Amino acid sequence: MKSVGNADIGFLKEKARLLRMEILKMLTESGSGHTGGSLSAADVVTVLYFYKMKHKPGDPEWRERDRFILSKGHAAPVLYAALALSGYFDKPLLKTLRKLGSPLQGHPCSKMLPGVEISTGSLGQGLSIANGIAMGLKLDGLTSRVYCLLGDGETQEGQVWEAAMTAAHYRLDNLCAIIDNNGLQIDGLCSDVMSIEPIVDKWEAFGWHVIDINGHDMEAIVNALNEAETVKLKPTMIVARTVKGKGVSFFEGKVQYHGIAPTEEELEKALKELKYNG
Amino acid sequence: MGEKIQNTGRKGAKGQRVKRPKKEYKHLKPRNLDPSALKAIATRDAYGDALLELGKKREDLVVLDADLSGSTKTGKFAKAFPERFYNLGVSEQDLIGTASGLSLAGKLPFASTFAVFETGRAWEQIRQTVCYSNLNVKLVATHSGITVGEDGASHQATEDIALMRVLPNMTVIVPSDGNETTQVVNAVADFRGPVYVRLGRAKVPAVMPDDYEFRIGKAYTFQIGRDANIVAIGIMVSMALEAARILKHEGIDAGVLNMATVKPLDTKTLLTAAKRCRVIVTAEEHSVIGGLGSAVSEFLSENHPIRTSRIGLMDNFGCSGRPEELLKLFGLTTENIVKTVKRTLRK
Repeated sequence: MKSVGNADIGFLKEKARLLRMEILKMLTESGSGHTGGSLSAADVVTVLYFYKMKHKPGDPEWRERDRFILSKGHAAPVLYAALALSGYFDKPLLKTLRKLGSPLQGHPCSKMLPGVEISTGSLGQGLSIANGIAMGLKLDGLTSRVYCLLGDGETQEGQVWEAAMTAAHYRLDNLCAIIDNNGLQIDGLCSDVMSIEPIVDKWEAFGWHVIDINGHDMEAIVNALNEAETVKLKPTMIVARTVKGKGVSFFEGKVQYHGIAPTEEELEKALKELKYNG
Repeated sequence: MGEKIQNTGRKGAKGQRVKRPKKEYKHLKPRNLDPSALKAIATRDAYGDALLELGKKREDLVVLDADLSGSTKTGKFAKAFPERFYNLGVSEQDLIGTASGLSLAGKLPFASTFAVFETGRAWEQIRQTVCYSNLNVKLVATHSGITVGEDGASHQATEDIALMRVLPNMTVIVPSDGNETTQVVNAVADFRGPVYVRLGRAKVPAVMPDDYEFRIGKAYTFQIGRDANIVAIGIMVSMALEAARILKHEGIDAGVLNMATVKPLDTKTLLTAAKRCRVIVTAEEHSVIGGLGSAVSEFLSENHPIRTSRIGLMDNFGCSGRPEELLKLFGLTTENIVKTVKRTLRK
């Protein structure tokens, strides 16, 4: 069994496989939701929840926990799956996704679901919130870290760049952001809709420490998150190059699966693939 | 303000039964007409001082601004507590997001900039993050209304109350003078949840009695009139008091309510006043759409239909000019309140 740092790569791969299965099952059950961007972020979120982050599922308000802000709130299923598999709530609750009365809202709602740090869904706002938390933790002398996951299309929002300046200006080295760079947004390729490249140069120019990785390579994710922790006086941006719909061959790289859920037939096929690949 | 402002000498008729209205008129007698004795101070200045004092008492207080700390007066706090002050530069959306994050980390954030930018530019951040998650963020905006003056309509927030009032979980407060502002700052610091406090640039006379105690959601009744009651906020309170005095000389019994908390509206006090008079007139330095006038009309039309007139901006933008010129141009004057009360009574 391969291990990087103290991370068990095989264990993380297995967790990511389970996470993807839960994502697909809950989306099929709900009949709507964002499949592609949940699957592309699954590996990064797995490493955060099952390796890197200091957190207590039994005590979601634990003062010294690391914080995770899902700025790309439409990828709610990946967060819900990670919370359920971590033990924040029981797995059957995942079946209530997007249904009336469920704490699993279409986009995460912090008032309804313990473990969700802040409600998101309107793009471009998470990084500012992460900055504020990072500032507050520093004021209190806490060593907790803040992680913020953004979409690549999301970086077209102006507020992201306001926040990029703020994090560098206030030297928030307890902050690590990750871009789920799957290259696709609702209307098509990011490069066609509104080019965001050169994304690495942009964040470096804004004063960030940038790490460019394959966002499905568990070792690379582990190493990048560990490296981020050693950076002083600068926030870190991990540009995770990912594939939309990753893990299910017929969803991969398909923009049409941005905002729709799998059918029953697709689910059956997808689960088969995931079991074989596991 | 260019207006001769009256003051009230003693406690209002809050909670008292009004049996002999003649006695009530004494409340309208000016305490002193000398402007220096009226303790004229801009509400933003009172805010700056109150924040500084609060900062000494509360270590969890953090203050944020968007490159306007000299104008919003948060600069005083910044100077005393640099480690608890964050200037976000010219970026209001980031201002609101960062304040939200600080509240999530257990801090008590006060975020300030001009009202038009805070409530307009960052409205969606306030909706999605502050209100939806019911965060303990205090939005204290200065430079509201047309008394911003020479800068013109781009800098005059005349829709901000409407924008904030429509948001679930939001409390909206418009102090009328320095004393009330100081009390509001302390009250909202102790209150848990999102609050919008609307302050002004220009100096305003002291209108509230020295022994006045502000409470969130509680209107202050100077007196209840049998003919008309004027429900006012902010700078319009002093004009409403003067108008009531003039009306009295013309034989019209008009009362004045300071509805400092626009949301939640003090419907109990409003209903009491409405039940005792023939007409209600609202006065605000804001559009008549969505602000105090709307809030009062909405409540009265459903609960106690009574003839009502609204004074404010009549669905238009402000413009450049001296504050007193603009107030006259847009009818935010004692004379217009007097005229409106009479016209409404005649209808």
